[in-house]
Amino acid sequence: MNEFLHALDYLLGLSFFGWGTEIGFVWKALLLLVALLIFIAFVLLADRKIWAAVQMRRGPNVVGAFGLLQSFADLLKFVFKEPVVPAGADKVVFLLAPLLTVTLSLAAWAIIPLDFGWALADINVGILYILAISSLGVYGIIMGGWASNSKYPFLSALRSAAQMVSYEVSIGFVIITVLLCVGSLNLSDIVLAQNGGGLATMLGMPALTFLNWYWLPLLPMFVIFFISALAETNRPPFDLVEAESELVAGFMVEYGSTPYMMFMLGEYVAIITMSAMMTILFLGGWASPLDFAPFTWVPGSIWFIFKVCAAFFMFSIVKAFVPRYRYDQLMRLGWKVFLPISLAAVVVVALVLQLTGWGWTPGVA
Amino acid sequence: MTLSLFFFYLFAIVLVGAAVMVVSSRSPVHSVLFLILAFFNAAGLFMLAGAEFLALMLIIVYVGAVAVLFLFVVMMLDVDFAELRQGFLQYAPIGLVVGIILALELIMVAVGFVVTPEVASASAVAIDPTLSNTEALGRVLYTRYVFLFEGAGLVLLVAMIGAIVLTLRHKPGIRRQDVGAQVARTPAMSVENVKVKSGQGL
Repeated sequence: MNEFLHALDYLLGLSFFGWGTEIGFVWKALLLLVALLIFIAFVLLADRKIWAAVQMRRGPNVVGAFGLLQSFADLLKFVFKEPVVPAGADKVVFLLAPLLTVTLSLAAWAIIPLDFGWALADINVGILYILAISSLGVYGIIMGGWASNSKYPFLSALRSAAQMVSYEVSIGFVIITVLLCVGSLNLSDIVLAQNGGGLATMLGMPALTFLNWYWLPLLPMFVIFFISALAETNRPPFDLVEAESELVAGFMVEYGSTPYMMFMLGEYVAIITMSAMMTILFLGGWASPLDFAPFTWVPGSIWFIFKVCAAFFMFSIVKAFVPRYRYDQLMRLGWKVFLPISLAAVVVVALVLQLTGWGWTPGVA
Repeated sequence: MTLSLFFFYLFAIVLVGAAVMVVSSRSPVHSVLFLILAFFNAAGLFMLAGAEFLALMLIIVYVGAVAVLFLFVVMMLDVDFAELRQGFLQYAPIGLVVGIILALELIMVAVGFVVTPEVASASAVAIDPTLSNTEALGRVLYTRYVFLFEGAGLVLLVAMIGAIVLTLRHKPGIRRQDVGAQVARTPAMSVENVKVKSGQGL
């Protein structure tokens, strides 16, 4: 029974009410969830605003000042509409699919460290967990496409299954090159490794920490990771899953109101997760880019959010000015270009690390 | 102990239930979805046993890739299941025999560990308890068993290439896209300026 109480304390503890040793896991998770969802609301607005700016439009500007409350208005609109389930649909799977999408994409945030020691669960196999969660993301789309019992969603589900499985392979190899340099699967360790010496230290300019980060020594991998992340999250130019000119709106054709909103939310959370992964793997996580006075005053979590926003800006701007790929070109890019390059990079990076003895040992800051 | 026991029974019950549903559900797509649920709970059991690397690998490889392809194939096949079920009773005894043999073997393994605990210590490499799961596995796989490990990888590679070769068809007379040729094309190669005399045409 003692262990049960201990677990309860860990989950629900409230230190300032004299109960529990620290703030419980559930409260921290809730706080992160609410913060993340509010962040997503503004990210959605930013996406539309950036897209509009590229096309010299204004974008949403009516609800609230500069349209800042547009996402909340959309949320209310979706929630108050009647959910329609098609007569021929497999009802359970049809409604399970959006739930699965949202749950899985939010679950990835359990281990992302916003600052040193700020991860909800700082597990040793963090990267594997992220890979596992993101490889499950495809099920929401396949289940939604199949359960709709309609032709366009089904075609879209098949496309997405092939697309996401293909690009996961190159993402996996890119992550392996980073892991070779770090020597640990822990996300916090990956950030610490980037700030514990590197190119800047070798050049004799340790104040320029941004040169330490892996984006520079692993630049080709950074580019491949970014493009694969676009494909993995079904963002333009790889949004063949939705391809409104061929497939109407892909797997979401039969969805409306709250289930549709959940798909939308899951998609944007996945994009932000990918931006956070780019930040952690290549852009030094919570570290300040310059190691002197005004920059080091800014807290690490602010730097992290800033970098995530910068990564998202790239996602967003690509959507605005790159035309959609053809499906066979997409497959060619994944299997015939990215896979050989990233596979070769794993060998080259391993060789360089073995010959020069560079790299990072966990525990040495 | 109680809490992990509770989770063990939770995962185990859902696992067995999902496994039963895999064979008994009417729609093949539902079967595959239950199979995925079963994989997931098996991963949960691994996690409880402290094998977090195996658990996540099970999810990444089986749920993330293999089961996606299962689902892919099952969704595309148009199988008449009434027809498939016709021979069910006829084949049931054979399936039962195979199942019983498998179950007996598993029980023998489990009993063997309890009756003769020295079997476990006879495994080739002593496991260093200070290492994390991933590191311990890596050290064994890439040192002692490196040739077997790479040999297994080569066998899989050969199987993959074999499958591709078996299904590859080169139809003659089909125009294929050659990206290199397209990119290398210049205006000089395809545009020609011709002086046409008026009233004559080419």
